Amino acid sequence: MARSILPIALGGRRLPNIWDITAVLCVFGGLVALSHSARGTLVPLSALETSAITLDPWALPDYALRTTLRMFAALAASLLFTFTYAPLAAKSRRAGLIMVPILDILQSVPVLGFLTFTIAFFMALFPGQVMGLELAAIFAIFTSQAWNMAFSFYQSLTTVPGDLDEACKGFRLTAWQRFWRLEVPFAMPGLVWNTMLSMSAGWFFVVASEAISLGDTTWKLPGIGSYVAMALDQKDLGAIAWAILAMLLVILAYDQLLFRPLVAWSAKFRFETTASAEVEDPWMLRLIRRTHVLRVAGGKLGDGLTWFGGLRIAFPQFRPAREAAPTRLGDAVFGLCVGSAAIYAIWAIATYVAADLSWSDVGETLVLGLITLLRVMVLMVLASLIWVPIGVWLGLRPTWARRVQPVAQFLAAFPANLLFPPFVIVIVAFKLNPDIFLTPLMVLGTQWYILFNVIAGAAAFPGDLQEAAKNFRVGGWLWWRRVILPGILPYYVTGAITASGGSWNAAIVSEVAAWGDDKIAAHGLGAYIAQATERGNFHQIVLGVAVMSLFVVLVNRFFWRPIYAHTSRRATMT
Amino acid sequence: MIAITNLVEIRNCRQAYHKDSNADLVVLDNVDLTLAEGEIVGLLGRSGSGKSTLLRIVAGLLTPTSGDVRWRGVPMTGPAPGVAMVFQSFALFPWLTVEENVELGLEALGIGRAERADRAEAAIDLIGLGGFESAFPKELSGGMRQRVGLARALVVQPELLLMDEPFSALDVLTAETLRTDLIDLWMEKKLPIKSILMVTHNIEEAVLMCDRILVFASNPGRVASEIKVPFAHPRNRHDAAFRQMVDDIYALMTRRAPTPPPAIASPAAAAGFATRLHPVNTNLLAGLMETLVAAPYGGRADLPALADDLQMELDELFPLGEVLHLLQFAVLEEGDIRLLDAARAFVDADTDTRKTMFAAALRTQVPLIAAIRRTLDERWNHRAPALRFRDELEDHMSPDYAEETLDAVIGWGRYAELFSYDDESGQFSLDDIEVGQ
Repeated sequence: MARSILPIALGGRRLPNIWDITAVLCVFGGLVALSHSARGTLVPLSALETSAITLDPWALPDYALRTTLRMFAALAASLLFTFTYAPLAAKSRRAGLIMVPILDILQSVPVLGFLTFTIAFFMALFPGQVMGLELAAIFAIFTSQAWNMAFSFYQSLTTVPGDLDEACKGFRLTAWQRFWRLEVPFAMPGLVWNTMLSMSAGWFFVVASEAISLGDTTWKLPGIGSYVAMALDQKDLGAIAWAILAMLLVILAYDQLLFRPLVAWSAKFRFETTASAEVEDPWMLRLIRRTHVLRVAGGKLGDGLTWFGGLRIAFPQFRPAREAAPTRLGDAVFGLCVGSAAIYAIWAIATYVAADLSWSDVGETLVLGLITLLRVMVLMVLASLIWVPIGVWLGLRPTWARRVQPVAQFLAAFPANLLFPPFVIVIVAFKLNPDIFLTPLMVLGTQWYILFNVIAGAAAFPGDLQEAAKNFRVGGWLWWRRVILPGILPYYVTGAITASGGSWNAAIVSEVAAWGDDKIAAHGLGAYIAQATERGNFHQIVLGVAVMSLFVVLVNRFFWRPIYAHTSRRATMT
Repeated sequence: MIAITNLVEIRNCRQAYHKDSNADLVVLDNVDLTLAEGEIVGLLGRSGSGKSTLLRIVAGLLTPTSGDVRWRGVPMTGPAPGVAMVFQSFALFPWLTVEENVELGLEALGIGRAERADRAEAAIDLIGLGGFESAFPKELSGGMRQRVGLARALVVQPELLLMDEPFSALDVLTAETLRTDLIDLWMEKKLPIKSILMVTHNIEEAVLMCDRILVFASNPGRVASEIKVPFAHPRNRHDAAFRQMVDDIYALMTRRAPTPPPAIASPAAAAGFATRLHPVNTNLLAGLMETLVAAPYGGRADLPALADDLQMELDELFPLGEVLHLLQFAVLEEGDIRLLDAARAFVDADTDTRKTMFAAALRTQVPLIAAIRRTLDERWNHRAPALRFRDELEDHMSPDYAEETLDAVIGWGRYAELFSYDDESGQFSLDDIEVGQ
């Protein structure tokens, strides 16, 4: 037995086991791979052209690794952003007045359209180096991740339970200690969940942002996205299949190794005073808890964090609240600053766009926006018709729900743009009408949000209500209309909001498609932006993105938000 | 002469919330409080009498609008080092174990790990939590949770322990055990604390634990009277003198509570916008009247005894009595409740007649309800937004009270079928109401 042979280590508390060795190997392997990938970022741009993307499947592990690293770099940036922006917005009343709406808008702006600008910016920062491109790609992913994480953190910060807050003040914790002892733990479950959703959104963007074209030039950063772009160019079906397989494995790995354990661990911070049903730990968390080395490392990490959060860093000491009228002058100055900034922004955008475009362009984009809006709406209806019944069926059967739920979440994380090529091939081959047949691509990735939210809703549907419905023999259409649909509505609406928001973003990559030299495009705002990007027409891009943001914001404000408010009011007893 | 050391001295304390449109909302008015070493002082009063506000001022969590607050003779500028608090809701951190929760205050003081662990262990053992060190709060019962709250407060070795209705979230038996355990520790001088200040709305609890009771009156919150409790610990609830003191305090609190609103000739008072109403369930009102009519009460009851029989807290029973008093179904006097003839008729009536009687009482005794109904009758579409009445209420009371008052009016008006209310649109209307009574 391996155990009895190994010498006693680590103070002899316990013998290292087979998992310890595996863990050590994994850690060192990871370090080696990391340094290998990082080396590539400081080489000049010309090196990219010499080391062109190869379609050899054996290059895929390397590409997948680089893509994943970009993801995590962006995730780190998003966390940094979250931990600075959200506390600032939550702690300062004035800053919050403007910072919160900004976050809300950023959440609904189709960031994919901005890719071109950020590339130009980062290329200027690191002229002639791959670093610029890498940062541009990472930034694109960041823009798909950061907002909802920051928003979730902000919401937690503003809803910290009053008595715990008073306890912290009463025991004279410093602001720093309160942040790490109370506010961060309280925000943890929401933050972890939103980080997971952000990662899912990120895969979509990483694939779209690796093969970057600006006007006539196209750069391909080594990664899965570039690999797929190359395969599309060369009409290599086999390569696309390999890429999909590689992506599946990567997402499976990060899902199993990182997020399942994280979500299970974060349940500890859920603010509830009653013990909830015990859920079995994911295997990875079990592994960490059982593996000696990992457990010791985890313990040390926890101790370090405790020490870090326990530091008595004295920010402005807590001043007891005194009911005082806010300083009018300060408000006025603040309002003036924000107001003038807004006016300047309007002026800047208007002059920039007007330099090259006329009112007819605005009209054109509005019409195209309506077309895309119609698409999104029709798709939402279709996806709902398909997935709501399936989700309800699955959700009411706990064994099925447990099995299917992770799969649905997994599918939502899978970058749907990798699945576009097969569709495009069919459309090109049969000369189908792109206006109709490119449309389903928009919901390919986002429909799963509807499914897994409906499953969650049906699974949470109270058992006594089900029994009451059975007892009164409520069946058929009446059951759907009066019992289950109102019951799952808040969950459904949550899923539908996410799905519709994601579809707008997807429009930019799904309304145009190419297979080798065959290019097809549908009519719509997404295609408008994509084509403007290809031509390098910055004015049109700004106009297109602005109009799309307008559509998204208006639809959210005047459609989804009232519905959400209504359903969540109705669905509660209090 | 030996100088008595005062821990806390508060003079002329006033706490008011500023309102743009109208007079300030006064929560505490002209309150004095002195806490000496070696005493347990209770702040007793109904909800909304400002006793919790005063506790938070002593804790340094609130700075009063005006007045002088001193801790050991020095003006207070925030939470003082020698003060620790126990919360009604326990305020435990669900992600920290019992031991980590207890260590929280020590960490804030920057005490090293080894000493922290020792002191936490000692406090946990003292309070009877040994063996539960690594448990999370959600694994504990309510009583055990409040023990953690106590240990957490005691471990920082405070001179003054503040308790905000510490036992009111617990069941009767658990609360009693905790009370006696705490008093035992106090009497045996095992606690580091020099003095305890507790907020309660339970009269028996106050008489059982405190050396001195400050009885609060509402609107504005102020100290109505101060009572010294001369009994030695341990006290016996069934002792005649103990019972007498509880009865006296009941009488004291009912005497000043239900006086009808002063007959000021202001239009607001006439329209009922200055009276705060408790949202009392009409089923409870009917149930109370039925109970009182039947034996053994025969239409009259002693409030402490009634509270005991019905297993109700003071804060639950008083509003019921007050509403019956307001609607002239009963009279509250000297700690007793006495039913009037209208109540006997109500109990004998069938559902529809009961509703008619209730409606008539509401329209004559609650000017706000009369005003709402009048507005609805006058409007061509028989609709009126609740917002309008709420705004007017808020000119005379805090938004919370306005909300409560509106809730009360909506509940009673619906039961009496005087008007309908649609929560979605926030509108009163005469839909489904038979008009023309």
